[in-house]
Amino acid sequence: MGRGFFSRGFRGRRRESEGDDRIPPGQYLVDGFPVLSAGPTPRTPLAEWTFTLDGEVDEPRTWSWEEFRALPSEEVTRDIHCVTKWSKLGTTWEGVSVDTLLDGVDTAAEYVVGFCDGGYTTNLPLEDVTDGKAWIAHTYEGEPLPPEHGGPARLLVPHLYFWKSAKWVRGLRLAAADEPGFWESLGYHNYGDPWREQRYWGD
Amino acid sequence: MDERRLDGNATAGVLAEIFTFEMTTARTACVHCGATGEVGAQMAYVSEIGTVVRCASCNNALIRVARQDDGGRYWLDLRGVKYLQLEEHL
Repeated sequence: MGRGFFSRGFRGRRRESEGDDRIPPGQYLVDGFPVLSAGPTPRTPLAEWTFTLDGEVDEPRTWSWEEFRALPSEEVTRDIHCVTKWSKLGTTWEGVSVDTLLDGVDTAAEYVVGFCDGGYTTNLPLEDVTDGKAWIAHTYEGEPLPPEHGGPARLLVPHLYFWKSAKWVRGLRLAAADEPGFWESLGYHNYGDPWREQRYWGD
Repeated sequence: MDERRLDGNATAGVLAEIFTFEMTTARTACVHCGATGEVGAQMAYVSEIGTVVRCASCNNALIRVARQDDGGRYWLDLRGVKYLQLEEHL
């Protein structure tokens, strides 16, 4: 009994000290995975699902679900931070690196817009989705990504606030000019770095 | 039926923080499909990040509201409505 008590206390302290280093300012830890929705959950059949790379590219590229799933996937474990102040540590995803999708693409674009079923968009600098910083995730904790968390596939950009990790993503549009997305055009920060607490315009 | 969908009456609180008129009975016309109706009869998605009123006919975002977490600043986007018809309740 004494051992059990000691054990619980030890784990509690360990976790708290790990969290201290990994929780950005103003955030708190959650164990669950809250769902925030700005619209209905799309249910696009996989047979109709495609992923498209277009905009400032010589030739747009489109993958069917089968073609997308045949691309090499990576497993990544990352902490995620929502602008509504919850953070979740050590989430494990599998997805296709955006580097893989952009392989061989010649572009002068400096920005990218993720576009989604339901009309949601989010904007990012191209350099924030390349060099191993972003994925199109199809698997969460070993299971196909559930629709309420963005399945069949969502953008995963864990170093920025999680609204940038657009659910139900259907493509990336490369652009020369920056174009604020759904929340970025309504008061939320254009870049959204949780470590600099960039929640709103002017932060 | 989406499990997170509410009816437009769920937005009464946040809209009352901005407008002096009763907003759930205000009539809207959708920019996208032209459908008209009361705000309270539309669809609403309410979360800590923001409130979105969507057209019950075509799902277009009619009204979007975001509120800074300390309550000191609001952003309001009405691009999805052609107009709002507001009634003074005496």
